[in-house]
Amino acid sequence: MRVPISWLREFVDVPAAATADDILAALVAVGFEEEDVHTFGVSGPVVVGQVLEFTPEPQSNGKTINWCSVDVGEAEPRGIVCGAHNFAVGDKVVVSLPGAILPGPFPISARKTYGHVSDGMIASARELGLGEEHDGILRLASLGLDPKPGDDAAALLGLDDFAVEINVTPDRGYAFSIRGVAREYSNSTGAKFTDPVTTVKVVAPTEEYPVVIDDKSGIRGRSGVNAFSTRVVTGVVPSRPSPPWMVGRLTLAGIRSISLIVDITNYVMLELGQPTHGYDLDKVAGGLTVRRATAGEKIVTLDDQTRTLTAEDLLITDDSGPIGVAGVMGGSSTEISSTTTRVLVEAANFDPVSIARTARRHKLPSEASKRFERGVDPKIGPAAVARVAQLLVELAGGTMAPLGTRLDLSIPLPPIDLRDGFISRLIGVEYTDDEIVGSLEKIGATVEAGAGILIVTPPSWRPDLIDQATLAEEVARIVGYDRIPSILPVAPPGRGLTRTQRLRGSLSNALAAGGATEIISYVFQSRAQIDEFGGAAGGEIPAVRLANPLDAETPYLRTTLIPGIIEIARRNLSRGLTNLSLFEVGVVFEPVAGAKYGSGPLPIGPAHPGEERLAELNGSIPPQPWHVATLFAGDSIEKQPGLAAAPSGLADALASVEQIGHALAVDIRVAKGSHHALHPGRTAELWVGDRSVGFAGELLPSLAEELDLPRVVAVAELDLDALIELARPEVSPQPIVSMPAATQDLSLVVAVDVPAGDVLATVIEGAGELLEHAALVDDYRGQGMDAGSKSLTFSLRFRAPDRTLTAAEASEAKLAAVTLAAQRHGATLRD
Amino acid sequence: MSEPTLITESAAAEVVASALKAVAAAGTSADLRVARTEFTGEASALARMNASLKDAPSDQRAALGKIVGQARGEVNAAIAAREAELVQAEELARLESEAVDVTAVATRWRPGARHPLTLLMEQMGDIFIAMGWEIAEGPELENEWFNFDAMNFDEDHPARAMQDTFFVDPVDSHLLLRTHTSPVQIRSLLDRDLPVYVVAPGRVYRTDELDATHTPVFHQIEGLAIDRGLTMANLRGTLEHLARAMFGTEAKIRLRPNYFPFTEPSAEMDVWQPNAKGGARWVEWGGCGMVNGNVLRAAGIDPDEYQGFAFGMGIERTLQFRNDMNDMRDMVEGDVRFSQQFGLVV
Repeated sequence: MRVPISWLREFVDVPAAATADDILAALVAVGFEEEDVHTFGVSGPVVVGQVLEFTPEPQSNGKTINWCSVDVGEAEPRGIVCGAHNFAVGDKVVVSLPGAILPGPFPISARKTYGHVSDGMIASARELGLGEEHDGILRLASLGLDPKPGDDAAALLGLDDFAVEINVTPDRGYAFSIRGVAREYSNSTGAKFTDPVTTVKVVAPTEEYPVVIDDKSGIRGRSGVNAFSTRVVTGVVPSRPSPPWMVGRLTLAGIRSISLIVDITNYVMLELGQPTHGYDLDKVAGGLTVRRATAGEKIVTLDDQTRTLTAEDLLITDDSGPIGVAGVMGGSSTEISSTTTRVLVEAANFDPVSIARTARRHKLPSEASKRFERGVDPKIGPAAVARVAQLLVELAGGTMAPLGTRLDLSIPLPPIDLRDGFISRLIGVEYTDDEIVGSLEKIGATVEAGAGILIVTPPSWRPDLIDQATLAEEVARIVGYDRIPSILPVAPPGRGLTRTQRLRGSLSNALAAGGATEIISYVFQSRAQIDEFGGAAGGEIPAVRLANPLDAETPYLRTTLIPGIIEIARRNLSRGLTNLSLFEVGVVFEPVAGAKYGSGPLPIGPAHPGEERLAELNGSIPPQPWHVATLFAGDSIEKQPGLAAAPSGLADALASVEQIGHALAVDIRVAKGSHHALHPGRTAELWVGDRSVGFAGELLPSLAEELDLPRVVAVAELDLDALIELARPEVSPQPIVSMPAATQDLSLVVAVDVPAGDVLATVIEGAGELLEHAALVDDYRGQGMDAGSKSLTFSLRFRAPDRTLTAAEASEAKLAAVTLAAQRHGATLRD
Repeated sequence: MSEPTLITESAAAEVVASALKAVAAAGTSADLRVARTEFTGEASALARMNASLKDAPSDQRAALGKIVGQARGEVNAAIAAREAELVQAEELARLESEAVDVTAVATRWRPGARHPLTLLMEQMGDIFIAMGWEIAEGPELENEWFNFDAMNFDEDHPARAMQDTFFVDPVDSHLLLRTHTSPVQIRSLLDRDLPVYVVAPGRVYRTDELDATHTPVFHQIEGLAIDRGLTMANLRGTLEHLARAMFGTEAKIRLRPNYFPFTEPSAEMDVWQPNAKGGARWVEWGGCGMVNGNVLRAAGIDPDEYQGFAFGMGIERTLQFRNDMNDMRDMVEGDVRFSQQFGLVV
């Protein structure tokens, strides 16, 4: 809400010296956040001038300019070049003299143009920031003004006014008005407030203008209409100009000046918060009926759009059919025009829910709907139509007709029982009775004492006051939130992080300490991305689709972290960062194939929905497990003095898998795997026991090329929830044996396609209990080996818990391993 | 049997003198080994003298033995001393030869980094853990009831439309990406025993295009305390404690009236950031208030018996003013240079 200060001053005593910041600070203190300050951006000498004479001078470019002599109240007239032609000798105009600044900012100086020195500029309305009119200069007579040359034109036109803009929270519809803001300024500062509604002279109509309310069903059991006031004004001269003070205030308030009659209805809306509408009565057929639309019914609205209506839309109709979408936008058939003389003024009060739904459905947010949605005072319709009528009489030459309507169907706001001490117990401040009653009376409530309670009746413009807590906020707010002390509460002892939370943290720390950089990628993905990486076998992967994605290309929620981490790798690569080691820990959205998600109609009202409904709601969302992913590209070790570069690849991805397993205390087994997006010979499936928990591998080179990635990009992705579930819960450490160890090497020849990891597992199994540690130290192929064979060398460390092992014992254990490897893998001992 | 060696003081002295000369001349351990063999080995003069002692007349044996012993002692001592000198010199030479340019030693380690947003969430969570609060969690893809209805957003209230929600297709499935961490409030109240003191850091979603101050995916931390007799003063005390833990003992909290459907009274909170770059200042930090009775009712809790407070702040925003950052895009683009400035510490 933008509040022109000259307007605010009409209803509350704002100190003359108050700056925009002072006024904003006062409003912030009672809950209206500051947004901005608006001015016309006019400064310096902008004065009234009178055209004494002018000479048209045709130019070589085909234009004709006027060389004018203008009296600006100085001893000598000034010579000014003017390109407009809509004036005559003797006209009073607005002259910006050298040194003035017009909105833009557009500084004015004496300048040579068309062979003259133009000593200033004659301004159009648009150049002054007063609307869009730019067909010619502003003639002050057109505004009904006849000032002296040399007068301050900025003050005359209200261009020295400014507006503060505040954010109005959706519970405070009343503050979308000068009336509401003036009251709050008074609440904050104690300045004297005059309710503008009380300054309007309301004369009741003596003849009934027929209005029928036909809304039996309503929405959510509430009628669409709470009140309906009309008044007819005749003899209106629509061509009269809007006075500059009105145009200025509307402009500062962010409303474009359109025509006098429309400007007046907008002006009253801003002043009182009551949307008003003017109909050309001569175009209205019969009386008005307010009813719901029939589905498919059509109306052309003021913006010349044809709207197809639904049965929930509330309409204003006459004998011809719909002439307005109630509370949202008028219809074009009864629009005020340059021939209008009889105006039917309407100020109605519509149900917030009905208006909100219609505005949303037709994507038609308007100044009117914004106010109705948030609640308009249902009692001010008569004052609003009277105020519009008064301005039509004063400014448009109209005459108040006896014809009008006063319907008030509104239900009074129920009184609230405010228990003694409630507010102090909620806020933690011992308020006095005076503070409580005083604050509530300030906001317009009436307060009566009851037994142990105050009976508080909210004012008609505060439908948001519905319970004790809402009253508590008013008291705390009016007295000031700075009265609330700071007292740290003592919580009962807690249990610390859960095991899952702790493990997630140590996982991230381990990967970062291991050299990877944590990233947070977006969750939005395309169908192609999901299918590429969402499953090993390919095909369409079930995924959640958004109804309103930001980017139509990526409407799905990720089922895998890989596309996101690839996107981030691509961004880094495009910035010349070529050696990448990335990881992400985050949730994925994994609907189960064939399962149906979502819930039926939601539980209504503030009550526990019951265990059954709750279970249904909980079951309505798909599983969202945490995953961890890593990505490696470029060199994992950069070239350095004495150290060759180590290109990253599958080894890095598998090392990250080891780090993950280590951080989470879970043994992850690596086995050969396959994945349609990964290199067929460089893909590992990751297992914990007999459960597959993820994969690691290098991207298919063709896919990497398609994605503008280097040929070798290694990735891994694991189901973090599964890993944590499968992690060993606690360690029972083996006693540390101090007997001497016996170490031996073992070389086994196997076929090249036998996975070394399998042989290692066999060796460990075969060597038995004396084996303490085994590792693969060499994989030799080539000279001295058959083409189809390789030699795997393992280093073995044996130890007995109770004695020094003999070489014979160690050899015996080793031979047992050889025997088993021979059985399982056809291995032979290498000579 | 060789000729008996004549042991005299002068002969011994002569041997000692030439031994000392040779020892002194030894420039390396190898030279010294040669000298040692020559003057103390089995074939050396002193060895022969020693061996001849047994043939000496018994009344002279002691005196002669003393001569030989002194000579051997002198030679051995010289060898030992020289050996120590040589070992030290050789070790020094080796150390010298092993010297490297410590400013250019190759490393196999590469620096990794946590994302400052996750670190900041952990740090803020830690402050609450220290007070006995717990970390609560909830799904990012939520049912509308938890995100809105249970949090007292009426289905037709403008506040609901103002949340710029991502809805799941079809919209009548009532699924959405949570617009705030507040649904964790109702989940905590439904799942936990009273009293409840929890914070919930996590990711949230709004349909905002990415720019310097907006991102469609961002993070919040939510706080909720429900107990008997909690007041708005306790809310302020909690926020002030958090502010001091994060920004120093001079930090404080200012509350301004505001509106949220799930709190009443509601407040906007500003924090006094005493150590801000460019001078201490007030900064808008988040929203808070006393939990609306309707939220408690939706969890089956009697608001006449229990009451409490809730608060929430943006993690991106917190990082922005805490670390003096202008552009939010750096936090979401994943450029490794950004996180690596933080390393493992935010």
